[in-house]
Amino acid sequence: MVILWTDGLIFTLVLAIAISVGMMLRKPHFKRPLAKITQSKTSMVSLVILLCFAGVGLLDSVHYKDSRTGEIISLLDHVAKPLTEQTERTYSAPFSAYLYSKEMIIHDDGREKWDYPRLKYGAAHLDNPAQQKWPDILSKAAIGLGKGVLLALLLYLVFWMIRGRKSAEPYRPASKAALLTLFAIISLFYMLAYLSHWYHVLGTDKVGEDVFYQTLKSIRTGLVIGTLTTLMMLPLAIGFGIMAGFFRGWVDDVIQFIYTTLNSIPGVLLIAASILMVQVYMANHPEQFASVLIRADMRLLFLCLILGVTSWTGLCRMLRAETLKVREMEFVQAAESLGVTRPTILIRHILPNVMHIVLISVVLDFSSLVLAEAVLSYINIGVDPTTYSWGNMINGARLEMARDPVVWWPLSAAFLFMFTLVLAANLFADTVRNAFDPRRAEHG
Amino acid sequence: MAEPLLQVKNLSVSFQQDTVVDAIDFDIYGGESFALVGESGSGKSITALSVLRLLPNNANIQADSIALKGQNMLTIPEIDFCRWRGRRIGLIFQDPMSSLNPVMTIGAQIAEVIRLHFTLKPADIEQRVLELLQQVEIPAPERRMQEYPHQLSGGLRQRVMIAIALAGRPELLIADEPTTALDVTIQAQVLALLKKIQQQTGMALWLISHDLALVSNMADRIAVMEKGVIVETAPSTAFFKQPKHPYSRKLLAALPDIRHCLGKTATPSTPLLQVNDFKVWYPIHKGLFKRVVDHVRAVDGVSFSLHQGKTLALVGESGCGKTTLGKALLNLVPATGGRVWFDGVDLGQLSDEALRRKRAEIQMIFQDPFAAMNPRMLIADIIAEGLQALRPEISAEQRRQKVLHLLEQVELPASSAIRYPHEFSGGQRQRICIARALAVSPKLIICDEPTSALDVSVQAQILRLLQDLQQQQRLSYLFITHDLAVVGEIADEVAVIYQGKIVEMGAARQVLTAPQHPYTQTLLKAVPELKVT
Amino acid sequence: MIQYIIRRVAYAIPLLLAVNILTFILFFVVNSPDDMARMQLGQKHVTEQAINNWKHQHGYDLPLLWNAEKSGLEKLRQTIFYQKSIGLFLFDFGISDSGRNIGHDISERMWPSLALALPSLIVGLLVNITVALMMVLFRNSYLEFGTIVLCVILMSISSLFYIIGGQFVFGKLLKLVPISGYDSGLSAIKFLLLPIIISVISGLGSGARWYRTLFLEEVEKDYVRTARAKGLSEVQVLFRHVLRNAMIPILTGVVVVLPLLFMGSLIMESFFSIPGLGSYTIDAINRQDFAIVRSMVFLGSVLYILGLLMTDISYTLVDPRVRLS
Repeated sequence: MVILWTDGLIFTLVLAIAISVGMMLRKPHFKRPLAKITQSKTSMVSLVILLCFAGVGLLDSVHYKDSRTGEIISLLDHVAKPLTEQTERTYSAPFSAYLYSKEMIIHDDGREKWDYPRLKYGAAHLDNPAQQKWPDILSKAAIGLGKGVLLALLLYLVFWMIRGRKSAEPYRPASKAALLTLFAIISLFYMLAYLSHWYHVLGTDKVGEDVFYQTLKSIRTGLVIGTLTTLMMLPLAIGFGIMAGFFRGWVDDVIQFIYTTLNSIPGVLLIAASILMVQVYMANHPEQFASVLIRADMRLLFLCLILGVTSWTGLCRMLRAETLKVREMEFVQAAESLGVTRPTILIRHILPNVMHIVLISVVLDFSSLVLAEAVLSYINIGVDPTTYSWGNMINGARLEMARDPVVWWPLSAAFLFMFTLVLAANLFADTVRNAFDPRRAEHG
Repeated sequence: MAEPLLQVKNLSVSFQQDTVVDAIDFDIYGGESFALVGESGSGKSITALSVLRLLPNNANIQADSIALKGQNMLTIPEIDFCRWRGRRIGLIFQDPMSSLNPVMTIGAQIAEVIRLHFTLKPADIEQRVLELLQQVEIPAPERRMQEYPHQLSGGLRQRVMIAIALAGRPELLIADEPTTALDVTIQAQVLALLKKIQQQTGMALWLISHDLALVSNMADRIAVMEKGVIVETAPSTAFFKQPKHPYSRKLLAALPDIRHCLGKTATPSTPLLQVNDFKVWYPIHKGLFKRVVDHVRAVDGVSFSLHQGKTLALVGESGCGKTTLGKALLNLVPATGGRVWFDGVDLGQLSDEALRRKRAEIQMIFQDPFAAMNPRMLIADIIAEGLQALRPEISAEQRRQKVLHLLEQVELPASSAIRYPHEFSGGQRQRICIARALAVSPKLIICDEPTSALDVSVQAQILRLLQDLQQQQRLSYLFITHDLAVVGEIADEVAVIYQGKIVEMGAARQVLTAPQHPYTQTLLKAVPELKVT
Repeated sequence: MIQYIIRRVAYAIPLLLAVNILTFILFFVVNSPDDMARMQLGQKHVTEQAINNWKHQHGYDLPLLWNAEKSGLEKLRQTIFYQKSIGLFLFDFGISDSGRNIGHDISERMWPSLALALPSLIVGLLVNITVALMMVLFRNSYLEFGTIVLCVILMSISSLFYIIGGQFVFGKLLKLVPISGYDSGLSAIKFLLLPIIISVISGLGSGARWYRTLFLEEVEKDYVRTARAKGLSEVQVLFRHVLRNAMIPILTGVVVVLPLLFMGSLIMESFFSIPGLGSYTIDAINRQDFAIVRSMVFLGSVLYILGLLMTDISYTLVDPRVRLS
């Protein structure tokens, strides 16, 4: 078992989320907004999708040293072992039996021919791909789908047995939609996994690596950026924002000065400068980074830190404004006249009444951070080039799109996964905002 | 009787499942003043807005007919009906600040109505705007035309609203709580103006109000509304002589009466709070280096004393500094100067910690019971907060007992302890606030307009509760209010504040019946009295 | 008013000083000039001599803050901080690590940046407001719902996809516009058309939704009810009252980014090979030219602070309620 820095933080985060959700469930003023979220079909469907992404990400966050090769791999690598091992020489299209580029093929009888060679793994079990391929794909897909459906049903049965027949409460449309989504995802995913034994379902990239595997690995990067950044900035934003609003005077002046300074530096440039510095540091201190993976992980963590430093100001400003409002509320004055001390007022009266803003901004920021990662990686100030990420995939796609014939599959795969994740996150964030924003809550 | 100007038959309004107006009928005749009276949430404003189709889309309006001069408005499509608004029916809202467009000049906002409904040359429009401003008695109309709403006082803004409503020469003017947001002296002026204009133009006036005393001075006919239903409609004179419906009688009985001060007798007592030359000034910064060039003198050298077990009412209009005074006594706002003796101790001489403990003997009840409690806390925690802060040695069980005892004192069920503020009505919340103040056994409670956000009937209950508690525990009240009728109900002594200074002080009976200072006289004259003829 | 501006300008000085110190720490304290030299010259087999040469060439061979060898003011002046940071205050950006005059480059490259950024901003603003107004006018209808869904979908797509997709479809397949490049004068239009359209579309989703909430907030205010009670139709209410009030936050929000338009867009310019400041910055980042990055950080901060000042002033111009004291 090897715990990388980001792994540790991710599991801390999951624990923190679990605890806070548990606490929210017990507080009645959270019940109404939570009920609103669970009653909305879109939010439940997107939540299920998000959870599936999170599941893949978590699988990819349990690292250990492989006993055979001595490399650090994750559970996801273990599960997807066939994918990691079935590498071709270079590009190949999805479900293709041939390589992307022509090569000199030497036949058994010694004849040479300039043609597209067969893939080492993709559709290698077929003798005559031209005729057999599509029927084979269809039948295999059907089998895979069937197995997937069976698996989903089995899971559902287990779930049903654990839950017990007692809660015969009729399913609401939202939970029905959520279950259906889960059902579809499990079945489809199983089908894809099943097909990957024989084909490269999303093709291979320049060095022949399976694109499906790459996109799956990219999920973790996106999630880490989207969540850990928030984790980094929350203490700063909450602490400074509330203190500036509550104490006013010189405390407010100092905090405002700090965030105006940070704000005035263009975010991208600050990130670029910091990442450049990290690169220099890493280049000059290679001894501190034992393996490529650890090095990439540190860079990822550092990127989160920098993004957090550049993005806390927005939330801080909102919290300051809200605190200024709340501190003038009569219940704060009542507490003051009751002799309650200031730290107690801050924690008991101010903080709970601005928490909804924190919650809303955390979910809203997630999707923009995932998108930001792609842009930053594209201009080489994002994650390490060796890290799997959608940004790096898109970065490569720039040249691939200029090729003839066009290598469209890495870009499409990145697009598909990223779009699904961001769309789900956006839709979920919308319902969270509608449920928790007091101004919107009135309008139903 | 002649044909009614506005005839409403079987009107119901509902939002989703809640029916807020339930099958009401009423008529308004040309040239008369008709008043729709009810407490908050009775559906009176909704009724007016539904007649003009100004409710949001989620409102469901149903009626047999809503007819203006016999023409059924329900059958007119929106595209034509929008020309009726402003032209045939004018509307005045409660809050003149938010009801005017902040980025348009007064003149432009009035001219817009004229241009919309009449075809006039620009010069004529300007002439008409001037006329209207003169009609609503705005001084220096040529200059005011060019100004923006925020540059005007509340009274002037409401006059502008009236001018906008009059600009279309409507047959019916709906005034929805037109003076509730105004001070009592301004209220009297605006009401007089409305009356005068009605006589000049002969239009009908539909007044919507919660204030029976005000209505008794204005209306020819009255309809009382309770929970979406009109329970009684009667000519004004008959109504105030002999209300038929029990709800009407209850409303009338709950009205606070300034004359109740006559029953008060002075009993001698020791002074509890003595305030000498108390000042709260706010600096005005100007110039490059933000030098202090002057001060806003919110409270400017106030001296008074309050006796044990007595109530001193601080009376004044908005902005006179009465609330600032109350908060400064509690140290919620820093005081600039003056001395305060409380219970024989000079508060200025105490250390911070001693002051914190001593201040706990002075508590405050706030105006807005909705903002006065942390919505995220249980009632039990809210009430026990002061105990926890000041006497941490008390055990949790003892605290619980104390909370239950306090709830009983303010006549709330013990089950309230484990509920949240939003589950209570305004009056109940105010009771919880009283319980919270009582928890730390104060000697003095500063009541900052504790009943002005409440309905009349609830107000009467809260006032009675405060009086009962005073008798049981020999509490002293510093009662801050703008409402002279409430003063008459509760105060032993009265101090009238005007521009940060006390202009008149004395026994309630003396000040309210024989005021000496001209300002007090104006105030008293402006209070609408229940007119029973 | 004048006094207010003077005070704000005075406030900008400590801000810029703080920015300067921050970048100084980032560039010279976290990593010593030796580290940078080693990075620039390649990792392995770098002689001490080569490092010293590089440092001397680029003026990094001075002490950081205090030069004990010199006398008098020179103790302060002959330092990296003074040489590399104070010059920025006078807009003297110096020579880049690769030997180019940064000030000259900036003055040359900001115009293509502006030619792309300004039309993008204006067209984007117009399109966003139009779409948002339409949503508000047809609120609670299927048209609004459909537009919202479209907006969410649009904002869920990374801007990179719009660019790559746009270049592929319009540049490569349809051959309507050149894929990338730039030309001076009016012939630049054909190069700018696609980037402008793409930046408008990629900003449409979030922009239109944001303006919609601004409009909706305004629609629920009391004065709008007054406007309806006056007899104005819904369209008149929207254009004469709601738009006018909502324009205040919209305009001031635009004013704050106006100066920053000179900085250009990193992504757009580098994808479409437009020789603006954005691509200049990206190239510098990729070449690890610290002098340019430092200059751009400073320039960006100055422009942002200028934007803040302009925002405050524009408030007094468009909102009669605000008066600067």
